[in-house]
Amino acid sequence: MVCWVWGRMSWSWRVRNSGFGCGGGGVKEAVLWVLVIFAGLVGFSCGQAFCGFLMSRMFSYELLRKNALALGIGRSYSRSLASAFFVFEQDCNRVLEKKESLRCKWENYETVAKLLLKFFGSAIVAGLLNRKASSFLATLHGIYSTFFKLHYSKKKRSSRCRILRKKLLFIGVVAGVIISLWTYFIMSANITARHKENLSIMCDERARMLQDQFNVSMNHVHALAILVSTFHHGKLPSAIDQRTFAEYTARTAFERPLTSGVACALRVVHSQREMFEKEQGWTIKKMETGGQSTVRDRLEPAPVQDEYAPVIFSQETVSHIISIDMMSGKEDRDNIIRARSTGKGVLTSPFKLLKSNHLGVVLTFAVYNRDLNADATTEDRVKATVGYLGASFDMPSLVEKLLQQLASKQNIVVNVYDTTNASCPLRMYGPDVPNPGLLHVSHVDFGDPMRKHEMHCRFKQNLPPPWSVMTTSTGILVIILLLGHIFNAAINRIEKVEDDYHEMRELKGRAEAADVAKSQFLATVSHEIRTPMNGVLGMLQMLMDTDLDATQQDYAMTAQDSGKALIALINEVLDQAKIESGRLELEAVPFDVRALLDSILSLFFDKSLEKGIEVAVYVSDLVPEVLVGDPGRFRQIITNLLGNSIKFTDGGHVFVSLHLTMEAKSDTAGDGDPAMSLSGFRVVDRRRIWDTLKTVVDGPETVNVLVTVEDTGVGIPPEAQARIFMPFMQADSSMSRTYGGTGIGLSISKCLVRRMGGNIAFGSEPGIGTTFSFTASFRPGCPCRPGIPEFSGMTALVLDPCPVRAEVTRYHLCRLGIGCHIVPSPATLLALLSRSNVDMVLADEEACGSDLLAELRRQHGRRVKVFLVAAPRRHCQHDDVDGVVTKPLRPSTITACIRGAPGTKIERSPPLPLKSILSGRRILVVDDNAVNRKVAAGALTKLGAHVTCADSGKAAVEMLRPPHPFHACFMDVQMPEMDGFEATTQVRSTERIVNEEIAAADYEWHVPILAMTADVIQATQAECERAGMDGYVSKPIEEEQLYAAVTRFFDVPLPLSKPL
Amino acid sequence: MAAAAIRDQLNGLVNSMFAEGLLDDQFNQLQMLQDETNPGFVAEVITLFCEDAERLIKELSTLLDQLVVDYFKVDAYVHQLKGSSASVGAQYIKLACVKLRQFCEAKNKEGCAHALNLIRHEYYRLKVKLEMMVQLERRIQAYEGQ
Repeated sequence: MVCWVWGRMSWSWRVRNSGFGCGGGGVKEAVLWVLVIFAGLVGFSCGQAFCGFLMSRMFSYELLRKNALALGIGRSYSRSLASAFFVFEQDCNRVLEKKESLRCKWENYETVAKLLLKFFGSAIVAGLLNRKASSFLATLHGIYSTFFKLHYSKKKRSSRCRILRKKLLFIGVVAGVIISLWTYFIMSANITARHKENLSIMCDERARMLQDQFNVSMNHVHALAILVSTFHHGKLPSAIDQRTFAEYTARTAFERPLTSGVACALRVVHSQREMFEKEQGWTIKKMETGGQSTVRDRLEPAPVQDEYAPVIFSQETVSHIISIDMMSGKEDRDNIIRARSTGKGVLTSPFKLLKSNHLGVVLTFAVYNRDLNADATTEDRVKATVGYLGASFDMPSLVEKLLQQLASKQNIVVNVYDTTNASCPLRMYGPDVPNPGLLHVSHVDFGDPMRKHEMHCRFKQNLPPPWSVMTTSTGILVIILLLGHIFNAAINRIEKVEDDYHEMRELKGRAEAADVAKSQFLATVSHEIRTPMNGVLGMLQMLMDTDLDATQQDYAMTAQDSGKALIALINEVLDQAKIESGRLELEAVPFDVRALLDSILSLFFDKSLEKGIEVAVYVSDLVPEVLVGDPGRFRQIITNLLGNSIKFTDGGHVFVSLHLTMEAKSDTAGDGDPAMSLSGFRVVDRRRIWDTLKTVVDGPETVNVLVTVEDTGVGIPPEAQARIFMPFMQADSSMSRTYGGTGIGLSISKCLVRRMGGNIAFGSEPGIGTTFSFTASFRPGCPCRPGIPEFSGMTALVLDPCPVRAEVTRYHLCRLGIGCHIVPSPATLLALLSRSNVDMVLADEEACGSDLLAELRRQHGRRVKVFLVAAPRRHCQHDDVDGVVTKPLRPSTITACIRGAPGTKIERSPPLPLKSILSGRRILVVDDNAVNRKVAAGALTKLGAHVTCADSGKAAVEMLRPPHPFHACFMDVQMPEMDGFEATTQVRSTERIVNEEIAAADYEWHVPILAMTADVIQATQAECERAGMDGYVSKPIEEEQLYAAVTRFFDVPLPLSKPL
Repeated sequence: MAAAAIRDQLNGLVNSMFAEGLLDDQFNQLQMLQDETNPGFVAEVITLFCEDAERLIKELSTLLDQLVVDYFKVDAYVHQLKGSSASVGAQYIKLACVKLRQFCEAKNKEGCAHALNLIRHEYYRLKVKLEMMVQLERRIQAYEGQ
């Protein structure tokens, strides 16, 4: 697993190496190094300070305390190390056994190594992470990658961030591993410390008990010594003999549980030897040094000495030592001498007891003839000595007995050593080969200052391995590695996602760039094509103006048509490009939506005529007259839809209607019923389409119009309906072959509709037709002056069985100011005609045959004008009608027709007031443009004025020099040489001079000058006034405006009597 | 009766011109100005317009053919042409003039040339019909004069 992690990690090192090689990101590397070293330092310091890592804390503390001065504040590690060596040496010297000593030394070395690790651990960790280490890892990685055939070519693109991430992850994993190791060491150290403590407690307890027991026995032996001194030496004759002594000691043996036997020896000087031997009846014998013979008789008599210490009394258990001289042994002699000089119990070194063959020691007390003070001198003591009392202690049984009293004796092994001679400790108790492992040494004081005893305790079994610690740390390690793996996987995943993201972004950028490039290319190419195309078209036009025969003319026409189609196409492409590049700006200008529709309709007059399709336009009365928006673009949408409809319709009708969106909710017509449609063909239910459009509620600031273009064409195949708004997609390719076109019209339309805040939708059924609907938001324009419709006041009856068509006719008539009623059948028509006064009848050609017309003519003569509403055909003249209104209906066609009818012209006369005002006035019309001059003159003449013309400003100034006959002057503003304003200024200055000359008169020359201008915007009232004009009229002259302007200064009709 | 037939023909022609959008309401106004007192008014205006327009187109062509175009002059001429066409109701020419003026303001020579072409084209389209109309008018007058 670790290998695997290394393998996964190693590449980051490699990458880092390459990074180093490049020299880039050195700062980051440095930061990383500092981080690593810092982490190592902190980790080791923490371990040292708080956890006692790798070494018992107490020991550390002790060491530091001992060498506090030398160490300073962690300043001189070397000195502390030296002192540590010193301490170790001392410690190990205290250990006696060679094996133990060696062990101790090894332990010391280990500790020193740990200490070194502690002091320089951080540096080592940093060293591990240095470049050599990482290159080593890179090598590992190379092996790994050749094994697993991993390709890092992609990863070379990795950003610094992700390398850093990898490194952090690696550091994290390393830290985790270190933490788990720390945990292991800390916990195991704790457990060892606990074991040690247990051991020391048990050992100390045993040592103390042993010591206590020994002291009790010793005291009793001491008491025996005093007893002997009192009753044997103090009394004469002695109160104690061997029998008494033996009995007494046997009976008081329970008080000395540890002694195997006591004996009493007498101090005999050499001079008294013979006497003593006689007295006792045996000779003083010498103690055997070699083997311990049990047979007293074989022992040799003691050699001659200064004094002897023959045993006189003894317990039964050791009766064999009676008569043996205790001073014959060297060691025993020393003991005895020491005992009598100190007055305290003296112990021998352990030896094998005679009988039990156990190791034992002999405790010796001196028996004094009198009670000595504690501060008695040695000489006094020697002098006072009369005998000795010895007790032998059986150490094994002693300790055995003692340990039996303790419950947990099985756990530990106890060894008791006599360590008087430190170099060669004598084992007194315990198994020969102690188990290696923890050792605790307790000192045992048996009351003899000369002798040192120690108790060594060990655990009987080897300590079990610290399983819990191992599992814990292993668990931590596993968790860390798993976490590392998870993070690694996550990082890899993130990297992958990032890579994908960058790739996608790159692709997106490229796609966008390509799109922009495409649009630009389109725009450029379109423009480049347009320029020469203009030349081609112009030349063609010029060619057509020359003298061509019919075939040539035809060729030229065809070429020109194709060129025009191409230009139209290029314009569309340009539009598309503009929309796509977002450069399309919508205007906000006021426009008359009805006039717009009329003009669109006129465009398609030819085509509809060709195909025999009925085309009609209807605008709901609720739609305001003037809307503010982009008429050009609005026109473009409708033209496009209408063009499509006409293109794909071979019979029936195309009907454009315009409503407010809120009307759509209440609309009930148009459910697809053929009887309700314009031409009697079935159409697609437009309600369904309207429902799909999100209708927006009209606010006070917006007018939402709903435009519907309905046709009875071939319809769109269902499978093509989904992509109909996609640019360059036509319903299918066969269609484009049949009908031509680029297929971007609808896409442009959709974009335009979107820009106008609307939606576009359609419904189509193959074979029935297609209906497109779109909404668009406009602002309501300020309603213009209510013009006086031309035919206001007239009434008409519309005879049409088809309600939609009748409604269209009614709409157009209403626009001309003609009030009308719709009658569905001829019978009603005749009935109504007889009852009411009607000016005219408009009958659809379908609805009335020649019978009806004849009947009408017969009944009403010429009083009621009868107009036939018919599709334009060559010969549709009826004698019984006054005129034929050709479809598509437009106000201009209706006007022309009505006006063209016999008798209409007479009724049509200018409003009386204007005529009465202008009648007889002499008016000067100044215009450099002959046509304009003529038209203006004609219009004014018509109104009864006498018109004189001037063709320049200069001429006008001359003619207007007072005195002159003119009542008013209409002056064109824009003229070459001298424009209207300048001319007016000159006229005014001339008038001023003349006025000053005739100052007395009550008459003042001031000829009203009215500006004529084509641009209403240019001729603002202020500008006119500044030049001294009295008002302005727009060109061409409109009666209402003329009236408004003229009435201001011609308030009184000119009396006819005034001389001209 | 022939006069009536010609008149019908004339009406048909005018109607078709309206339908095609060649003429607008202004022409209606013109027609209204023609009455017994001023019988040849429409024909007169048309003739004037044609002369004027041809002259202006020629001027414009000359101007635009030059290496350095005097846009100020062009603008003046276009303005005149626009005024004339507006007066007779030749709306396509008027629109084309507006376009030309825009190009002129932008000092776009190619655009101007293109617009002039358009004007020329529209003018010739209209001229054919107008001439036909004038012919018809003359014939009507001739009949009425008889």
